[in-house]
Amino acid sequence: MIKIDNVSKHYGPFQVLKNCSTEVKKGEVVVVCGPSGSGKSTLIKCVNALEPFQQGSITVSGVSVGDKKTNLPKLRAQVGMVFQHFELFPHMSLTENLAIAQIKVLGRRREEAMDKGMKLLERVGLKAHAHKYPGQLSGGQQQRVAIARALAMDPICMLFDEPTSALDPEMINEVLDVMVELAQEGMTMMCVTHEMGFAKKVANRVIFMDQGEIIEDREKHAFFETPASDRAQQFLSKILTH
Amino acid sequence: MSLDLNIFFEASPDPGVTYAGMLLSGLAWTVALALLAWVLALIVGTAVGVARTLPFKWLVMLGNAYVEVFRNIPLLVQLFLWYFVLPEILPAAIGNWIKSFDAPWGPFFTALVGLGLFTSARIAEQVRAGINSLAKGQRNAGLAVGMTLGQTYRYVLLPMAARRIIPPLTSEFMTIFKNSSVALTIGVIELTAQAQQMNEFTFRTYEALGAATVIYIIVALTVNQLMALIERKSYIPGLIKQER
Ligand SMILES: Nc1ncnc2c1ncn2[C@@H]1O[C@H](COP(=O)(O)OP(=O)(O)OP(=O)(O)O)[C@@H](O)[C@H]1O
Ligand SMILES: [Mg+2]
Repeated sequence: MIKIDNVSKHYGPFQVLKNCSTEVKKGEVVVVCGPSGSGKSTLIKCVNALEPFQQGSITVSGVSVGDKKTNLPKLRAQVGMVFQHFELFPHMSLTENLAIAQIKVLGRRREEAMDKGMKLLERVGLKAHAHKYPGQLSGGQQQRVAIARALAMDPICMLFDEPTSALDPEMINEVLDVMVELAQEGMTMMCVTHEMGFAKKVANRVIFMDQGEIIEDREKHAFFETPASDRAQQFLSKILTH
Repeated sequence: MSLDLNIFFEASPDPGVTYAGMLLSGLAWTVALALLAWVLALIVGTAVGVARTLPFKWLVMLGNAYVEVFRNIPLLVQLFLWYFVLPEILPAAIGNWIKSFDAPWGPFFTALVGLGLFTSARIAEQVRAGINSLAKGQRNAGLAVGMTLGQTYRYVLLPMAARRIIPPLTSEFMTIFKNSSVALTIGVIELTAQAQQMNEFTFRTYEALGAATVIYIIVALTVNQLMALIERKSYIPGLIKQER
């Protein structure tokens, strides 16, 4: 589904990504972790071309992301993305947040889009808030809406960039629950997260990044039981002990 | 000093027109000039402001240059340039065509363009700041759901930026009425010009300029109320909480 092949990216002289290669197969859940500044966000944003990269190639469902001829809006419409800070559209009610791209991008009829939005709000447990605006919700609620907004486009895969790291601790689980459910339904997911409980529960593989490099890319049991590198070991002991 | 309000109902040298009528005619020109220039300024200012936030380097540079030029040359000088210099440096045919517009239309259109473009540079600056004040994440969120860059501006960035810049826009809107008085220097007989004429005919300085002052204040308060109404209408529930 997502194939990242030898991707490098520079900001001027600074190399953010160094020859990164990995693959997320259809139905797989891959968790990406690593210290701050290691390039996780950058890598995941390269997948839907929110960030350009200079070398290597990324394909999503066979479509080359870096190709100048690729219709990026069309590609992005198929790839759901959930951000650390939710990024709901603050001037639209929840229903409008979920409907706008369905109408303007997919060309769905308004009623159809509203209907679909309502079903998804119900699914994430927020149907009663449909008429509200994002600013009237808690962080956890907003993030669930953001997931629903992505799902409204019937994505073929989902990207998550630290979806719970801006949340108060008591709200993390409500978001993770939605993500676990998605994973169990067979959604293809690439998640940047430090929620190792989530990784242990639903991930197929865990990728560990440091300084722009993919240091480990292993089946989750192998990763947690016997991390091959010292850096991953140190990182794990740090985040698992607090 | 004693105010003689009856003066306003006396006949002016214009046949059949009282001094009050003179001032009202001036007000009509002021309002027409300011409103049309405002529309021009909003259109051009939004376009230039947006251009300065796009991921195209040369467009950004062009937009920056536009703003610096129009914002930093005094309005009066700009008006003289448009009115006296431009028709001379253009090819004769076009220059003569411009000069063929008789008063009041020639001066009026020139003032409209001059005032509109001067103000557009100031609006462009507000629009740029408004868009940039939105988190980069909003742009990404629009793009990530498959919107084109144009759609992202249309549905996501501009509606929010517009709300944020209502306060500075209110002040620009009030300023354009005040600035419109500069048009009298190229012969637009707007409110200030009429007040000046009334003063010259009657030597009633306090009444003439006092009336103009009161009218400008009423206009300013009206504009202020109108913008406050727009601000209330565009209020988004819960937005304060949303700002991080
Ligand atoms: N626009 C930019 N210009 C220059 N350097 C940048 C830019 N964006 C990111 N970087 C740098 O690239 C590196 C990787 O950033 P990235 O956001 O991908 O890290 P991350 O792994 O997601 O970190 P975090 O856990 O803090 O989110 C960082 O060192 C960052 O400072
Ligand atoms: Mg990050």
